[in-house]
Amino acid sequence: MVLTGAEIVVRCLQEEKVEYVFGYPGGAVLFIYDELFKQDKVRHVLVRHEQAAVHAADAVARCTDKVGVALVTSGPGLTNAVTGIATAYMDSIPIVIISGQVPTAAIGLDAFQEVDTVGITRPCVKHNFLVKDAKDIAPTIKKAFYLAKTGRPGPVLVDIPKDVTAAKCEFSYPQSVSMRSYNPTVKGHQGQIKKALQLLLEAKKPMIYAGGGVVLSDSSERLIRIARMLGFPVTNTLMGLGGYPATDKQSVGMLGMHGTYEANMAMQYCDVLLAVGARFDDRVIGNPAHFAQVARKIIHIDVDPSSISKRVRVDVPIVGNLPEVMDDLIRLLEATTERPDREALDTWWKQIDEWRRRDCLKYKKSDEIIKPQLVIEKLWQVTNGDAFVTSDVGQHQMWAAQYYKFDKPRRWINSGGLGTMGVGIPYAMGVQMAHPGSPVAVVTGEASVQMCIQELSTCKQYRLPIKICNLNNRYLGMVRQWQEFFHGNRYSESYMDSLPDFAKLAEAYGHVGLRVEKPSEVEDALREAFRRKNDLVFLDFQVDQTENVYPMVQGGKGLTEMILAPEDL
Amino acid sequence: MSSVSRPTGAGYARAPASGSPLPALPWLPKISTSKPTMRHVISLLLENEAGALSRVSGLFSARGYNIESLTVAATEDPSMSRMTIISIGSDDVIEQITKQLNKLVDVVKVVDVSEAAHIERELMLIKVRATGKDREEVKRTADIFRGHIVDVTESTYIVELTGDPTKLDAFIGAIDRTLILETVRTGVCGIGRGDRILRA
Ligand SMILES: Cc1ncc(C[n+]2csc(CCOP(=O)(O)OP(=O)(O)O)c2C)c(N)n1
Repeated sequence: MVLTGAEIVVRCLQEEKVEYVFGYPGGAVLFIYDELFKQDKVRHVLVRHEQAAVHAADAVARCTDKVGVALVTSGPGLTNAVTGIATAYMDSIPIVIISGQVPTAAIGLDAFQEVDTVGITRPCVKHNFLVKDAKDIAPTIKKAFYLAKTGRPGPVLVDIPKDVTAAKCEFSYPQSVSMRSYNPTVKGHQGQIKKALQLLLEAKKPMIYAGGGVVLSDSSERLIRIARMLGFPVTNTLMGLGGYPATDKQSVGMLGMHGTYEANMAMQYCDVLLAVGARFDDRVIGNPAHFAQVARKIIHIDVDPSSISKRVRVDVPIVGNLPEVMDDLIRLLEATTERPDREALDTWWKQIDEWRRRDCLKYKKSDEIIKPQLVIEKLWQVTNGDAFVTSDVGQHQMWAAQYYKFDKPRRWINSGGLGTMGVGIPYAMGVQMAHPGSPVAVVTGEASVQMCIQELSTCKQYRLPIKICNLNNRYLGMVRQWQEFFHGNRYSESYMDSLPDFAKLAEAYGHVGLRVEKPSEVEDALREAFRRKNDLVFLDFQVDQTENVYPMVQGGKGLTEMILAPEDL
Repeated sequence: MSSVSRPTGAGYARAPASGSPLPALPWLPKISTSKPTMRHVISLLLENEAGALSRVSGLFSARGYNIESLTVAATEDPSMSRMTIISIGSDDVIEQITKQLNKLVDVVKVVDVSEAAHIERELMLIKVRATGKDREEVKRTADIFRGHIVDVTESTYIVELTGDPTKLDAFIGAIDRTLILETVRTGVCGIGRGDRILRA
């Protein structure tokens, strides 16, 4: 069958069973848009800014097991998309970005809307391609989906010059991919897994540290099974929330810079640490030298060998796909009657319970002013802990992570690695598209939300009834907190003056907007919002301007050197 | 600029050492990370594709790894290139470099050939002023180093010299610095001895 390059692009997306493409048209992709117009299998979602297209595609991948897809034009379309691509890259999210490019003959001549797309995106993609011949389109797109999804997932970009989309060639979609240069390890080394088992069984003060890999590889149930069989405490990273149920008694909550007292203490003082799909990054273990002061054996399971022994020396590295490796471990555990020393475990749990009694997430309640933590607690109650929650970046993100107890994976959607303000609304768009009918909440701040506020228009067009909870403290809260703690209360440029009336702004876009000022109104407002099943509701909570996120491990400090809430004094 | 009023003061509670049954950890100043560094010869096979070279060099600059030299050319299989990178780093850094290189989709194989017996070669072309008594002296030195004189004018020679990089350095050291007009070196290529074979 002879097709044009543009037809082939769309046929490939159909073959990959892509439901939604988030994008924005322009000169270099006009042929592709023309083909999208002529079919109805792949639905295109017209965003208002290319950054949002990539975030929305990224969210689809985070909340399902699919690969998200974005389509942008050359030049400014692509540069606008870069923030989205880098965001997905840092969190290992499988997406495919198709970008238009100026015609082959014009490349390198500073043509109108030409940028070196492959060069600009190289450091923030898993891989990228420039397709110079129509016959390469199908094999390249096939490879792109394969690369995005396998091994350590990540964004893959396919740059297609305009003339290539117009050229004709024979089309057949490849059934499989084989690349001599790309063979990610799937099975873990059996000897290493046995060694790991031995260490786990001998542990007296064990700890399981589970990262985003558990969520992305759909390994939650395996993790729960392992944790149950061993009776070990489990902590999740910011990216791993929901990977282990937060309300389970073996959960000690999130660890790291704003982790719980018990999680950080247990992480530091454990004698055997099982790390799964996590990467010991600086926000998680604080100062590595301080972390290394306590001798402990570390088992690290990860699909990416370069994540192992990068920041922390590991005793038993196991490279492989989490599901495969964890299945092997479960099989070994089932085959033996041996279990860790009960008495030692009991003592360890007693210690952990003592740490828990510090109740580090306690905060000062108020009848007059809305505490931001209260909004999240109420959100959790009102949605029965079962909503999809996206967040932006800042204090509100940390409060959402701390106070919304995620019991299921793929429910918590945020930018962990890059920390990109502006993701909140676009993430919610992607999630709502992928899960129509499910409750989707955005936890955001008045600064972050303005970074992609234009997407309220997209939400109107596609009738996306997301619920936006704006924790409005009129400050770049997280910046202000650092300035208060570490820069002598000099609030340099962290105040947000001339804010819009968000309720009215939402109304201007055709949505429902509510301003909430009193603590007593919080729950009702949330209930009202979720009752309105078909409306996007923008809740503008006027929250305490001075509230800080606790506990906090200051950059460069050790995990246990936490700043706790003032009332703990 | 306005400011928020806060319960003033420095005193936020720290995790108390005494309340905890486990000993408090002393706050340690940053431990010096200067571990012994070594020179390594990293060989890789990679797809002979546009952009593959910049993926490798981009990786080195993005992650702050050191490159002493880099050479690359197609192999007997024209779809594959072979690259030799000379890098200096601690064992940890070299381990990361190898892992990160392996992660690049275009890279087929990576080995540190300097882990065992291997051969390194580099080619140098060096143009020197060759007049008067220097003319004979340069020729003699070139002979000692088994170099060839490949271009001759009334006042200059070009000497071609192959060897491991220390030999080339030694040659440069052996001739009068003021005579050197130009040097150009290819960078090192390396290969494991005997049965150590790097193939796709
Ligand atoms: C695009 C981008 N620019 C700057 C930052 C740095 N930054 C991190 S948090 C923050 C403040 C966020 O303020 P707001 O959205 O109001 O949330 P709050 O912290 O007040 O809850 C800033 C500026 C960032 N993470 N992303």
